[in-house]
Amino acid sequence: MSDTPLLQVSDLIVEFPVRQGVLRPVDRVGFEVRAGEILGLVGESGAGKSMCGAAIIGLIERPGRITGGEVRLNGERIDNLPEDDMRRIRGKRIAMVFQDPLTSLNPLVTVGRQLVETIRTHLPVSASEAQRRAIALLEEVGIPAAATRVDAYPHQFSGGMRQRVVLALALAAEPDLIIADEPTTALDVSVQAQIMALLKRLCRERGAAVILITHDMGVIAETTDRVAVLYAGRLAEIGPTRAVLSSPSHPYTVGLMASTPSTTGNLNKLSQIPGSMPNLRAIPKGCAFNQRCGKAVARCFEDIPILEPVRDSQVACWLYDPATLTNTLEKTGATE
Amino acid sequence: MTGQTPLISARNLGAVFDVSKPWLNRLFAMEAKQFLTAVDSVDFDIPKGKTFALVGESGSGKSTIGRMIVGLQKPSSGQVLIDGDDFFAITDVKRQMAMRRRIQMIFQSPYASLNPRWRVKHIIGEPIKAFDLMPAADIDGRVNELLDQVGLAMSDGEKFPHEFSGGQRQRIAIARALASNPEFIVCDEPTSALDVSVQSQVLNLMKDLQRDLGLTYLFISHDLSVIRYMADEIGVLYLGRLVEVADRDTLFDNPRHPYTRMLMDAAPRVDAFGRTADTVAGEIPDPINKPTGCSFHPRCHLAVDLCKKERPEVREFGAERARVACHLCETEAELA
Repeated sequence: MSDTPLLQVSDLIVEFPVRQGVLRPVDRVGFEVRAGEILGLVGESGAGKSMCGAAIIGLIERPGRITGGEVRLNGERIDNLPEDDMRRIRGKRIAMVFQDPLTSLNPLVTVGRQLVETIRTHLPVSASEAQRRAIALLEEVGIPAAATRVDAYPHQFSGGMRQRVVLALALAAEPDLIIADEPTTALDVSVQAQIMALLKRLCRERGAAVILITHDMGVIAETTDRVAVLYAGRLAEIGPTRAVLSSPSHPYTVGLMASTPSTTGNLNKLSQIPGSMPNLRAIPKGCAFNQRCGKAVARCFEDIPILEPVRDSQVACWLYDPATLTNTLEKTGATE
Repeated sequence: MTGQTPLISARNLGAVFDVSKPWLNRLFAMEAKQFLTAVDSVDFDIPKGKTFALVGESGSGKSTIGRMIVGLQKPSSGQVLIDGDDFFAITDVKRQMAMRRRIQMIFQSPYASLNPRWRVKHIIGEPIKAFDLMPAADIDGRVNELLDQVGLAMSDGEKFPHEFSGGQRQRIAIARALASNPEFIVCDEPTSALDVSVQSQVLNLMKDLQRDLGLTYLFISHDLSVIRYMADEIGVLYLGRLVEVADRDTLFDNPRHPYTRMLMDAAPRVDAFGRTADTVAGEIPDPINKPTGCSFHPRCHLAVDLCKKERPEVREFGAERARVACHLCETEAELA
């Protein structure tokens, strides 16, 4: 592992012009991912987690675009590359796995041909070598009888097997970074556990970095090394997974953890965060969470908080500012 | 279970769908008709004021059972008893209407289950009109009362569904379900489409309403943590059969069926940092050609020859009287 992180995202801003003005689904988000590390991006729907992933890989749909900040892969800027150069990076150095495996595979082409095509686009190998690699990849992701299944069409696979094929496709060009956007949300729990175990194994064996986008705190806890919590397009908290989940600092993370039911632990009444995430058109002034936060102070309604170190994590919350900290030191819980 | 008549009982409930190809295709291909057994001899009782939960993966038949209980679908075999009366045997239209008023349903998607062209007050008032429960002049007052009960403002009655967030829409669906003063509500994955922080609001609301109005719930979900929070008694479904029925604490402290254990193990846990679940191989088999004997045997690492040959019947085990369909539990009980 070298000193430069594999991926550096700093102050990333994504904007969509609309008739009434400009929407910012991603607002000054910054994080780093090192080789072999799994970073979780967690948040509720509309938090901007998928948009972050799309921005990194350069797949923001027009008229949306990156209007600020930068994305560096191995120290080299990739957010301002021409489309042709970006296409060479996409799939080769950064691969993407989407939520629904059925829509990310071509239904009219055998999985083998899709794999061969991907391999030959990115690597200088012969057709027969590519075919051999395709079978090896299918074996690696745990598809039984890979040598015969390579000629099957996507509809002939079950949901879990299809997601394995998508993972094989993502691995085809031996990328440094895999962005997995809700890869198991469409799957049953038993299959989800299989895919997550596979993803962890591949990451370990190949030393690839993974950005795992999900809304499931359980998946985050079991899979990721570090986690970034997004709220209304902004980072609320980022840090080692264990620190963020077991002793959350941002009132939003605190509320999120307390409102997640669990299969173990106590059965007390779930606490709830009042209201729901603000619409992008109506993000309040100051901290985006201020209207749902029971701890909000005057400053939260004025200025946008910036990330500051709190314990082992970094937290964007005025409560941890030295000025407010003196007043409300001990209580960090969200409202009941 | 107590001696009193349960409010709702399923007796030997079965649902078989004809999934054959059209007859001309069958004639040319010399194929026989094909049947899919979605629900197979399911038995359970729900005492008044309690929550019975059905848990299972996709294709386990949980929604089909819910639809049969509310009368949206006629069972192929067996009975649904409401206060001891066979719902589908009632021919008198008036009595049938009276029965239907007592049962309501909340669906998974609050986007698809509300008519987008109707104002919220008409959506909520519709059951009152349909069952002719009060003079038209009084309906608005009752609708306002219902809106208040589910935590919405009176002015919300004038709005259309698209003006609400997912959680608020599910509140509207709950208000509509309550409009006919039902005793029993089937909740089919009521929070699967919602974010965690909103999910806890809806779950708490449903619990409060149950306590205040003495409601009885059939709660259908694939999420064990939600089930644990809501249910008094739980039935675990696999390929249309109940493999285990037990009260909540028994099921979570001492799961007996290997499938229940697998589900518990596969469910991601927010406190299990870095855990890799012991995954079970394979996925739910094709429900048209179910495995012989116990349908779980191809995925069960404890399976013996008997499991392949003979279908295990449901038997009671232990002081808690957990009902389990597993040959191994029987053998264990005999040895003990």
